[in-house]
Amino acid sequence: MKDKGEEEGRMLNTEHRKTKTAICCENLCRIFGEVPAVCGAHLDVNPGTFFALLGPSGCGKTTVLRMIAGLEIPDGGEIKVGQRVVASHNRNVSPEKRKVGMVFQEYALFPHMTVAENVQYGLGRCDDKKMRSQEVLHLVGLEGVETRMPHELSGGQQQRVALARALAPKPDVLLLDEPFSNLDAALRNRVRTDVRHILRQTKVTTLFVTHDQEEALSLADEMAVMMNGKIIQTDTPQNLYRYPASHQVATFLGDANFLPGRGRGQEVECELGSFATQNSCSHEVEVMFRPEDLELIVDAQGPGEVVDIEYFGHDQLLHVQLDSGTRLKSRFVGSNGGLIPGSRVQVRVHEKVITYPSPYGCPINQKTEVRGQGAEIP
Amino acid sequence: MKKKSTFNNCLWIKRPCLPLYLWIPPILVLCASFLPLVYLIIRTIGVDSQLLDTLLRPRVFEVLLNSVGLALAVTVSGCMLGFFLAWLTTRTDLPAKKFWTIILSLPLVLPSYVGAFAWVAALGPRGLLQGWLEPFGVERLPSLYGFWGAWIILSLFSYPYVLLTVRAGFRGIDASLEDVARSLGKNSFQVFREILFPQLWPAIHAGALLIALYTLSDFGAVSLLQFNSFTQAIYSQYIGSFNRGVAAVLACVLVLLTLLILLFQFRIGGRSRYYRSSAGALRRVPCVSLGKWRYPALFFCGSIGIFALGLPVMVISYWLIRGWIHHQSVLFGAEIVWNSVSASGLAALVAVIAALPIVILAVRHARRSTQWLERSTYIGHALPGIVIAFSLVFFGVRYVPFLYQTLFMLIFAYVVHFLPHAVGSIRSSMLQISPRLEDAARNLGKKPFHVFSSLTLPLLKPGLLSGFALVFLSCMKELPATLLLGPIEFQTLATKIWNATEDAFFAKAAGPALILVLVSAMSIWIIFSQEESEKGR
Repeated sequence: MKDKGEEEGRMLNTEHRKTKTAICCENLCRIFGEVPAVCGAHLDVNPGTFFALLGPSGCGKTTVLRMIAGLEIPDGGEIKVGQRVVASHNRNVSPEKRKVGMVFQEYALFPHMTVAENVQYGLGRCDDKKMRSQEVLHLVGLEGVETRMPHELSGGQQQRVALARALAPKPDVLLLDEPFSNLDAALRNRVRTDVRHILRQTKVTTLFVTHDQEEALSLADEMAVMMNGKIIQTDTPQNLYRYPASHQVATFLGDANFLPGRGRGQEVECELGSFATQNSCSHEVEVMFRPEDLELIVDAQGPGEVVDIEYFGHDQLLHVQLDSGTRLKSRFVGSNGGLIPGSRVQVRVHEKVITYPSPYGCPINQKTEVRGQGAEIP
Repeated sequence: MKKKSTFNNCLWIKRPCLPLYLWIPPILVLCASFLPLVYLIIRTIGVDSQLLDTLLRPRVFEVLLNSVGLALAVTVSGCMLGFFLAWLTTRTDLPAKKFWTIILSLPLVLPSYVGAFAWVAALGPRGLLQGWLEPFGVERLPSLYGFWGAWIILSLFSYPYVLLTVRAGFRGIDASLEDVARSLGKNSFQVFREILFPQLWPAIHAGALLIALYTLSDFGAVSLLQFNSFTQAIYSQYIGSFNRGVAAVLACVLVLLTLLILLFQFRIGGRSRYYRSSAGALRRVPCVSLGKWRYPALFFCGSIGIFALGLPVMVISYWLIRGWIHHQSVLFGAEIVWNSVSASGLAALVAVIAALPIVILAVRHARRSTQWLERSTYIGHALPGIVIAFSLVFFGVRYVPFLYQTLFMLIFAYVVHFLPHAVGSIRSSMLQISPRLEDAARNLGKKPFHVFSSLTLPLLKPGLLSGFALVFLSCMKELPATLLLGPIEFQTLATKIWNATEDAFFAKAAGPALILVLVSAMSIWIIFSQEESEKGR
């Protein structure tokens, strides 16, 4: 029964938040047969933000998106778009009445209609269809293709038509499902910045789903990490990278090194020495270091040996094997000071480290909002 | 409770059921599909036990053996012929492959009785050929009647089923698989046996099933060739005796036979894939160089083309011209053409309308129950036409005498029998429409019905059209049901041909046959052009 107080606290908390969120999902569940695709997901998206929902493939993020759009009916939980409850245990607003725009992964342009007809499809009778479609096509930078058929357009153009079509009816929120995954790498970067630019102009609240961490980190104002049907952590990209809530989040977002250690309040002791920590800890813990926080110094008596070097041009990743057998990765920008495989090195750490009580993740930072327990380690 | 504890804190939302308007039309159609079978069973149960003894008479066994033997022989020869021609037209450098593909698949549009009539007229004991050879002292040619004739003719007119499915199979195979096998050190025969053949198996299988069912249910050709098969026996029992119970029992046996074949097909599991592999275009297709074998290959294709297509067309034209010259009554009333076209057109329209809700339910709301519902409609196709007609005659006389021998009854039979054609082509069209399109439309604020009319229906057009054409074609050719169920004095092209050939009045049959062939060719052209336009997307 100790959960009760917490529960009430959380409810109060959400009551407070509800007044200002653009999308709010509470305890969202969707079960396919026996498989829970989404179980107990919480998500709050603030108005006007460009919000990324990041997770490995198969974690249920697209299902969340489809439930918000009304294309999938949840098995449990509640969804609010703006002030309006669109799905709950006794209510299900049909997709056409939700005013939620969506851009699909494969664009889903209607193949038998021209670009202009596609864009005008969602406009009501009273709208000035021609004006509005020209307006949005101008916005996405696609004037002059109104009479073309979708299959006559390039992938990037199709993407922008899909965006224009979703924006035309002025939706309250816009959902993008893996919007850039169908574009080739060269095009992707350009389209990505274009789309962000367009959506900034429209100021529409945008929720986009991706499995590409780089994409999420570089585009989003705020992001959530989803794993195994739960939202694990929600924060700004900077905070998420700096203070991941669990082992899984840390490894999913960028590279991470882990060493076993012993916590003592604001300090932790491990194989590399004693370090100040971000979060207070005690007993057996896991210490996490980002590769770019490690500095390698040539030292014949050092505790590690360089075993491998991955060179990427703008930076390089050095693999160091400690005498205990643990391998660490260290990222260098520019020259590495003549280190070659076989060099003995000393390892220094720049930043305060983060610890996790093994084997589960736990809240670390007050600023970071942590939800769920993270994925169990088998 | 256990499940609930895993997802604690969840409010459980009751999932809405599928709306009734999605369920009711398909279930009504399903009931209609099962009516002939169910009524046949009821009727057979009602037959007194004395009649069941008729089943054990040696003559019944003989007929049974005849039917099974013919079905087996035709299936084997048709498969071999179809497979070989499919290989020739896809994987070799045979000259003018496209031309041969069209020519060699066209025999499908000829009704078996037209083919049989042409063969008898040309090569029968006293046919055209004998006429030409008479000056050389040839009195009679070897008889074409009986098993051998039926075997040859049915093989010639049913091999395209295998040709078409195997051709599609060949084209669907990823060519790189063969390259991989070759690079792993397999010779071309091993590649064929270990890589190609297993992948073609479902296609061969599907084609073989069609041939077997076709042969078993064929009525026109076997009765013209005076071969004692089951369909023939049922018909003569029905016409010849007042005790129709025997016919009912025989029909039941035939149904059992077809069900056995279906079961057999299910067991060896030749379930073909529905989704078209993304491959197909832009791929180099491996090609076997025929070398000097190309001349025998050309000769072979040519002779099959001549026997299966050229001969019937030539014979029909010959009789038509001959009749014209001799001032025989080659003309026939336009109302016969109109009868054929209107009955078939109406049936095709009803079949397409009935198939649509079934396909929507089975494809868009795929779950076990809806897929079973869709598959169950195939029962109508598994039943031989004569059985459906027969059962409906009983049913009509007993329960709905005001409908008996009306156009309604005939169209009902057509729809039940050929519904699977419509379901099949609409289904394959539906599978190509991404559900995301409909999601997108809903998302843009359109109600389900508006989405259906503005999006689904226009995109389904190719499937609807080819489904219509396919059912139309089949109805035009259909014979036994038309004979048994058509209103009195209601003559169609099919019955006209049949009556004329039964009396060996070939000149009278030639005109309707020619028109039938032309109309069939037109509907095939519609089907092909729809397929092309689907590929173009």
